[in-house]
Formats: sequence, structure tokens, C-alpha cells
Amino acid sequence: MKTTAKLWIGLGILILFSPLGLFLPEYFNAGDAWGEWGGDSIKEMIGYIPKGLEKLSGLWSAPIPNYAFKGWEEKGLPHLSVAYIASAVLGIAVVVVVVLSIGALLTKTKDSAYGKGK
Amino acid sequence: MHIPDGYLGPATCGVFYAIMLPIWGLASNTVKKTLKARQVPLLAIGAAFSFVIMMLNVPIPGGTTGHAVGAVLVAILLGPWAACIAVTVALVVQALLFGDGGITAIGANCFNMAFIEVFAGYYLYRVISGSSPITSNRRVIAAGIAGYVALNIAAFTTAVMFGIQPLLHTTPQGQALYCPYGLNVAIPAMVGGHMLIFGWVEAVVTALVVKYLQKQDPSLLAAGEEVQHEDHG
Repeated sequence: MKTTAKLWIGLGILILFSPLGLFLPEYFNAGDAWGEWGGDSIKEMIGYIPKGLEKLSGLWSAPIPNYAFKGWEEKGLPHLSVAYIASAVLGIAVVVVVVLSIGALLTKTKDSAYGKGK
Repeated sequence: MHIPDGYLGPATCGVFYAIMLPIWGLASNTVKKTLKARQVPLLAIGAAFSFVIMMLNVPIPGGTTGHAVGAVLVAILLGPWAACIAVTVALVVQALLFGDGGITAIGANCFNMAFIEVFAGYYLYRVISGSSPITSNRRVIAAGIAGYVALNIAAFTTAVMFGIQPLLHTTPQGQALYCPYGLNVAIPAMVGGHMLIFGWVEAVVTALVVKYLQKQDPSLLAAGEEVQHEDHG
């Protein structure tokens, strides 16, 4: 089997295990990443929500915020895990399409330039 | 390490977009010259790997969470400029589709993870590897050290971005406008977590994949070297 095929399989395994990124923090009672708190958490920590932060934090509403489907936030870890895996698959699909397009664009111009020289 | 919207003031966001634009331009130009068409699938795998490894949040029990970035591994396999593009794509998709990292902070986040970590890790790996054979254990160790140190350097630059906000933006009443914590809090918190746990994840993942590729397909590791030679040639 070609190495790239094996690496794709490895990626598939990583995707299936990605919900560990939800379970482990929950199990070990770990909170948000440092500097990635929501407004309410900040208010608890310092007593107020910084004005600029409050204004900018709502700037962009992502279609699948935090890799969870809208309305599923309170459904518990099993549901969130399904959404997490689906998000990983979707995100990777988009990443791969974008990189293949960029790659085609960049190597195409090179190959044609070399081609002319031959 | 994904700085959300609202934590950095407009000046910081603008400066790092301005710094990244020429870097992205240089990356495209360099990759145009050095990347071979047959390496493009590997570039896609690299970007996908970085995307998913960043989703694997690792806890500090009772504390915060963090994750590896995978940027050093991609740089070892494809060279730093191609890795810069791969990690940038992963970060942009995370920000736009999943709100992981702010859109105002894309320049800053790419600076830390797609530029600083990539280049620091790549050159550390090269220096520690020296002229050792592609399949030597020294390269496995080099990959691990490069992963650990480079992720921590990226955590440090991220912490500096957070930590300068109170200096740049504070109301006359003394309230923060953006990130409320200064350098004295941000640097120990960010770098501490990465030195303690998250850096080791990056180290182990980078070293293990290099070890695996040494057995499975050393030509891939050799190709990463070529990219560098053409860089300078």
C-alpha cells in the first residue's frame, strides 16, 4: 500500500478518536483553554466583561460553533461526540479541497513554465 | 492557542495581518518553485493532520486545556513554506466554520502557529539532525525536541500578544478593553501549560510519525530535505 494511503487511514483513526478532546478535559475537570473564555466566565474571574471584548466577540457567528451543532450544546457528551466527529470530517474535507486547489494552482504554473523551457 | 475575537485590540490584529500578508506571499512564491505536483496530496494530508490534532484537547487536571498543532511535522515533511500554507488553511477553516480562533485574530494566530512554530521547529530539527542519515535515531530525537520547543515558543508569542493588551488598551477607570491579563499572568499560564503537558504531545506525535516514516517510506523524509536545498539553491 502506498504511504499516502496509510497516512489517510491514520487520519481516519485520529478523526474517530477526536472526541477524546471532549472526554478527557471533562473527565479531568479541566476548563477552557487559557485566553479562550466566554464572556460569562470572564465576568466571574474579574468582575466585568471588558467593553472591547464584549463588542468584538460577537463579530462572527460560525455555522458550527465549537464543533457542535446548534441546539445540541446541552445534549451531553455522546451527542457532542457525534457532532465532533462530523465536524472533523467536514472540516478536513474543506481543508483538503482548499489545499488541493492551492497546490494545483501553484504546481500548475510551475510545470507549464518548465514545460515551455524544454 | 487559538486567540478568539475580542482578546486582541484592533492595533494588534492589524499589525499581525500586515506581517502575515507578505509571509503568505513569500510562501506561495517559494512553494511555487519547490513543491512538486506529486507532493500536493501530502500537503493536503499535512493540513488535515494539523486540523484534527488541534481538536484533540488535552487537559491539565483541574486546570486548563490545550493541544498540539502538528506544524513541526508538516514542516519536516514538506519544508517550512509549504507547512506555513498548510497550517494557515487549517486555522482559517477552524476560524470561519467552527469559530475556533477569531476572524480578527487570523493574522495573529497564523503568525504564532503557521509561521513561528513552523520555522522554529523546522530549523531546530535541521540543526539537531545535522548530517545524520535519514533513518537515524538522532532524527527521531531531533523531531521530538523540535516539536516540544517550537510549540512552547509559539505559546510564548501568543502569551505576549495577550499580555500586551492591558498596556495598550485600558479605560481611564482602569478597566481592560480586551484581554484583561498582563504579561506577568499570560506568560506563565500559557508557557507553563505547554511546557508541562501540551509540548510533550507535540513532541511525541512528531517523533513517532518521523520514526514510522523512517521504516515505512524514508524517501518522504528525504524529500523534505530537498525542499530545503532548493530553497537555498
